[in-house]
Amino acid sequence: MNFIATHLLSLILFTPALAAVIMLFLPSDDHRLFRWFAFGVSFIPLTLSLVVWFNFRSIQPGFQFQETYTWYAAIGSSLHLGVDGLSLTMVLLTTLLTPLALLASFSINDNVKAYMMLFLFLETGMLGVFMALDLLIFFVFWEVGLVPMYFLINQWGSANRNYASLKFMIYTMGGSLGLLLAVQLLGVLFKTYDLQFIAANWSAYTDPIAGIPATTVKTVAFWAFAIAFAVKVPLWPFHTWLPDAHTEAPTAGSMILAGVLLKLGAYGFLRLILPLYPAEAHNFAGALAFLATAAIVFGALASYAQTDFKRLVAYSSVNHMGFVVLGIAAAAFAAGTADATIALNGAILQMFNHGLSAAGMFFLVGVIYERTHTRDLEEFGGLFPLVPVYGGILIFTSMASLGLPGLNGFISEFLVVRGSYPILTAYTAISMLGLLFTGAYILKGIKKVLHGPINERWAHGEHKLTEISTREVLVMVPLMALILWIGIYPAWILDVINKAVVMLF
Amino acid sequence: MFTSTTFASILPEILILILSMLVLVVEPFWKEDQRRNVGWLTAGGLFAAMIISLLFGQPGAPTTTLGGMVRFDWLGFFFKMLFMFAGAATALLFMDNEKVGHRGEAYLLLLASLLGMNLMAVSTDLVMLYLAIETTSIPLYVLAGFMLGDAKSTEAGFKYLLFGALTSTVMLYGFSLTFGFTGTTNIYQLAGLLKTDVLSPLGAFGLLALILVGIGFKVSIVPFHFWAPDVYEGSPTPVAGFLSTASKAAGFAVLVRLFFAIFPDATVPMAQNWAMTIAILSAVTMTVGNLLALPQTNIKRLIAFSSIAHAGYALIGVVALSQLGAASVVFYLAAYIATNLLAFGIVMAFGRVTGLDDLKDYSGMSRRNPALALMMLAAFLSLAGMPPFGGFVAKVVVFAAGIQAGYTWLVIIGIINSVVGVYYYLNAMKYVYLYRMPEQDEENHPVPLTRPYAIALAVLALGVILIGTLFAPWFSWSNAAALNLF
Amino acid sequence: MNFPVLSIITFTPMVAAAIMLLLPAQRKNETRAVALAAAIFALTLSFWVFFNYDQAAGGYQFVEKYNWLPALGITLQFGVDGMSAPLVLLTGVVMFTGVLISWGDEHVMAGIQDRPREFFAFLFILATGVFGVFVSLDLFMLFFFYEIAVFPMYLLIAIWGWVVTREYAAMKLTLYLFIGSVVSLVGVIVMYWVAGHNSGVFTFDMLQMEKAGFSQTFQNIWFLPVFLGFAVLGGIWPFHNWSPDGHVAAPTAVSMFHAGVLMKLGAFAALRVGIMLLPEGAKYWSWLIMLFAAVAVVYGAYIAFVQKDLKYMIGFSSVSHMGLVMLGFSTLNRAGLTGAGVQMFSHGVMTALFFAITGMIYDRSHTRQIPELGGMSRIMPFAAIGFIIGGLVSMGMPGFSGFVAEFPIFMGVWGSRWLVAVIASISIIITAAYIMRNIRQVFFGDVPEKLEGHMTDVTVLDKVAITTLCLFMIAIGLFPSFMVPMVQTGVENILRLLGGA
Repeated sequence: MNFIATHLLSLILFTPALAAVIMLFLPSDDHRLFRWFAFGVSFIPLTLSLVVWFNFRSIQPGFQFQETYTWYAAIGSSLHLGVDGLSLTMVLLTTLLTPLALLASFSINDNVKAYMMLFLFLETGMLGVFMALDLLIFFVFWEVGLVPMYFLINQWGSANRNYASLKFMIYTMGGSLGLLLAVQLLGVLFKTYDLQFIAANWSAYTDPIAGIPATTVKTVAFWAFAIAFAVKVPLWPFHTWLPDAHTEAPTAGSMILAGVLLKLGAYGFLRLILPLYPAEAHNFAGALAFLATAAIVFGALASYAQTDFKRLVAYSSVNHMGFVVLGIAAAAFAAGTADATIALNGAILQMFNHGLSAAGMFFLVGVIYERTHTRDLEEFGGLFPLVPVYGGILIFTSMASLGLPGLNGFISEFLVVRGSYPILTAYTAISMLGLLFTGAYILKGIKKVLHGPINERWAHGEHKLTEISTREVLVMVPLMALILWIGIYPAWILDVINKAVVMLF
Repeated sequence: MFTSTTFASILPEILILILSMLVLVVEPFWKEDQRRNVGWLTAGGLFAAMIISLLFGQPGAPTTTLGGMVRFDWLGFFFKMLFMFAGAATALLFMDNEKVGHRGEAYLLLLASLLGMNLMAVSTDLVMLYLAIETTSIPLYVLAGFMLGDAKSTEAGFKYLLFGALTSTVMLYGFSLTFGFTGTTNIYQLAGLLKTDVLSPLGAFGLLALILVGIGFKVSIVPFHFWAPDVYEGSPTPVAGFLSTASKAAGFAVLVRLFFAIFPDATVPMAQNWAMTIAILSAVTMTVGNLLALPQTNIKRLIAFSSIAHAGYALIGVVALSQLGAASVVFYLAAYIATNLLAFGIVMAFGRVTGLDDLKDYSGMSRRNPALALMMLAAFLSLAGMPPFGGFVAKVVVFAAGIQAGYTWLVIIGIINSVVGVYYYLNAMKYVYLYRMPEQDEENHPVPLTRPYAIALAVLALGVILIGTLFAPWFSWSNAAALNLF
Repeated sequence: MNFPVLSIITFTPMVAAAIMLLLPAQRKNETRAVALAAAIFALTLSFWVFFNYDQAAGGYQFVEKYNWLPALGITLQFGVDGMSAPLVLLTGVVMFTGVLISWGDEHVMAGIQDRPREFFAFLFILATGVFGVFVSLDLFMLFFFYEIAVFPMYLLIAIWGWVVTREYAAMKLTLYLFIGSVVSLVGVIVMYWVAGHNSGVFTFDMLQMEKAGFSQTFQNIWFLPVFLGFAVLGGIWPFHNWSPDGHVAAPTAVSMFHAGVLMKLGAFAALRVGIMLLPEGAKYWSWLIMLFAAVAVVYGAYIAFVQKDLKYMIGFSSVSHMGLVMLGFSTLNRAGLTGAGVQMFSHGVMTALFFAITGMIYDRSHTRQIPELGGMSRIMPFAAIGFIIGGLVSMGMPGFSGFVAEFPIFMGVWGSRWLVAVIASISIIITAAYIMRNIRQVFFGDVPEKLEGHMTDVTVLDKVAITTLCLFMIAIGLFPSFMVPMVQTGVENILRLLGGA
């Protein structure tokens, strides 16, 4: 037990990858075996991260459960893991969503082994980013996550998957090119990649670098970081890969993509940009806020204009993630103030919340797509009487997305807006308008699917729509429970987040 | 007067003479169809002579014997061994050439010419030198035209004779002028005389130029190379092999001795002028040889032109006028003799079975006799200067000597030429390995080797590889030879 | 260490070649068995050397010295340091896998079926040359083995190569390499004389020549010919032209050797002779080398991007990746050189894997045109996984050896000329694009009608080869300490010569 206690994080991190390797040697052809094996294994990280969660002492500053292993001594990089309140929230989100996504993937019949393996590798990749306390390790996992996702979209996606997967890959890699270079710059300067060390020294660094004033270098490096993360979040105008990737990805892929992968970008802003570039972040907070506002407004408008159900949900992610960045921008502009803390609390909670609701929404889209093989909103209509349970769940999840008080989305968006308003009044005001459109497109989605004149095609005959299955309901139940729980009693999670936020500065 | 040293100094020649007499005596007793066995006798005898000479005839400190006619030193000794080795191999290669090898005279002529070569390597007197050269040449004229019914062979013999006679006359003229101006025929005394004002520099230059014509013919330096391709192509192949190796090396032996004797000090202006002249000749020779080899479609002509080019490379060592330079020439010739004889031997072995010697006739040869193809590969790669064959080390030391003496430009020309060489040597190997016979039925057209060929080729191939890998002993001997020049 | 392990490694292939040539031609399987046995033997010994190299002590180890030609100061001197030990291992690995995949399958005409005896013999002579260069501590011997490694290439490509371009490609390759090597040879001989005059001892011993104290002017003049002459074999732009043609025309195992090991030979010799013996010249010209390398990196990637022929694609990607090695060299600092050392190994394994799999596909489909292929993962899933792993290495994806190698290179460039790092990094995106596109096109989607039913899975031997190569790439990617500290000891030595830069 002692081993487990001292190696909790690395166990969480590597169990999925190890399981994937084991799967390689399992006898093939039995789809059920692979499904249940992967599903079962995914509970190990979940359990362990719950252990971490309950043993986590939120009042204690700094990182906990730290582990360090030599990895690449030659360039001063080591496998340094650790969590604080911020990353622990994200770890929990990841370990929670992965079993659900795996459960949602039970309908995959093609090459199940490879699918499940990729999914488990993906989990390791995502967890690594959240746990890394070493800049290079952060980058390593940042990139590692791309590959499984690429293949998930490319192999199990829908019609336009080739285009979408390559676009996803190229956009993200292109975005992280600047990150790579900037990371290298830091590594060369400090001869180490230890995040805490760099954070302690970099912001105060003033010597010219290669004959260029430090401020200029820092500005460039700041934007290199920011663009990498902005692509991932995604911020307008770097968001165009997202609708394609989300739309073409298999259902579980979209769940993870929206639920966790987008958070990687936001997490990057919080974990790297704020501590490393406080001055630059302050200077460019306005620009960030502008981009965030644009994402909120344009995301909502674009979402409203979609006729494809999945694209609609995809654009809604742009809209919601905009709030996260808005909160971060506010915090960056007025670091340390009470308003900033509130905004940042909201932003982090919004990350978690969006993870829940977006995953749920994508899953629900997937459920109906599997039955009807269409995502065209015009083809639906009046389905509520046919599938009342599904309809109920859809409405519930949509409301969370819309920000209905009493559900989780409201809490976090409120906190963001409340915190940002005094700091970035104009942008926040415009964003509020965006919120209005949010209501519009979600209601439009619900109306087009569930209400209105019934499309007779789905009522009878071979295309008769079947009700959501028990397995599918089981996927939704934990999500819905958390949505409701946070909506009513957010304190349990906000407590952890808030302490982390206070300590970030 | 006639001491043991005198005896030792001409021991190889005595042995060759005994061997020739033995051939003369034995040959009539053998029936016509057994005459080829004279080849075994010749080769075996030469081999034995080599061993005896190595045991009893090794030189010590350089001395002159026979009244100052002959110098007993390592340079001469090493060359003698090379010639006898080449002679033995050639005798073996003679054996299955019906028009040549089944007649005892051929072997006798070979031995006679060998005798002359041995003396060329040791002569220190112009008179002796001239006699030696003629002793070498006249049997070779005959051998070149040995195939009486064959028009090409007759032409070759005649051409060789005409060119040879002309150039040797010019050389003789040079010799006599030298004697007239300096009053001595000893080449080691020429050096001192040339330094004094007996001769105007221009006059001395002219004299040496006349002498060079004769040697240039033997060595086939451009522009005295015209005879070579035609003679090689027309004369019996083993003779061509002998001409292009031993005879050429004998020319070099004279050239090296003459030059180093006349110019012991490389720094005097005249030595430098001559070095430059030879450098230019060297550059021209290798370039012309290689460029003319490029378009050849006949393998004998290809080797003929390539052997002209090789004379050019070897000259780089002479140009250097240093100890390493001399050693490198000797080493180069050792490697070259083994390699080129191997190449000619293969052409012979192939030609004997097929009667063909165009490049395209070699298509599919590697499937007809893989071992022969492999040896051909070794020979051609050695010619191209690739390790682990002798040609590589030889080229490197020659180039090293050139660079040491400051002739970097010449070395660069040499290197460009090697690249051209690689091209056409590999091109020839392409036929052997890559192309196939028109019907693709190589299994039905084997190229068997008779025993003398097998032995000769195996020994030569082994030699090529040994020189290229364990090069230390060969080089030390070359070096010892070079040391004796100073 | 009295056991002459390095000579045994070096001459094992040569002896095996001799044995094979003595076997009768029709005994194909016996020939192959001899080849495999020799390869396993050499591989085992190179592993032994790799793991018994004392990293704490550093420097040259397993040194053997025989006087070869005392008159000219030529010795047969073998020894490995942290730079060359991985390369010896690489050669062992590529030799082993090369034999495996050339064994082939007579039914589908995969592998080498025509005259395997000669094929393996020539291949092994080449291997001796390669081993020899990596372990030689004597400049003359280095050269000797270098040339031995070059000429079998001609025959291997011309005889067993792709019918359409083999004659042209083989000749082009040989001439390019020969010209490059003789240009270096001139430089080497000049160095020999000057070093002798400076120190009074004429020797080709590189450890002695390191102390020769060449003047700055001398180094400035001779660095470029020496370095570039060798670097031709390393595929440096603008002398890379021979390489893609050669790769494409060569039979599979030869492509593996060629791209996997031979190009390292050029880079290694350029490092050992050019940079280590003429360090001041290297400093003087590093900007030019860096320029060439940066162009190679980006240009190679771009040309690979537009290729339709799978093998050309890999060939140009090799130009790009070898450009990274040169880029690492040109930084002349610790990170860059370390990265270059690892990249040599990483690229060797990766590109060998690429060519092996391409060969397997070509032998079965008789086409390498990317648009004509598809769905191979259904037919040969094992090969598909191997190719994907290779692709990820090629892209520099973390978790694989490519990242471990490329990252320090870029760091090194940052430390030297940051703008070049920015420019060169463009290649990462291009590489990702073409690798991903080609993997998708070749291995996924539908099997073209023409090929349906004609294709068979790879053989067991092929699988062993693929697995071996993949394991190395993953092992280094996950545990850089497997190789990096060793390379570092070699780098320390280079830095010492460079004056502790």
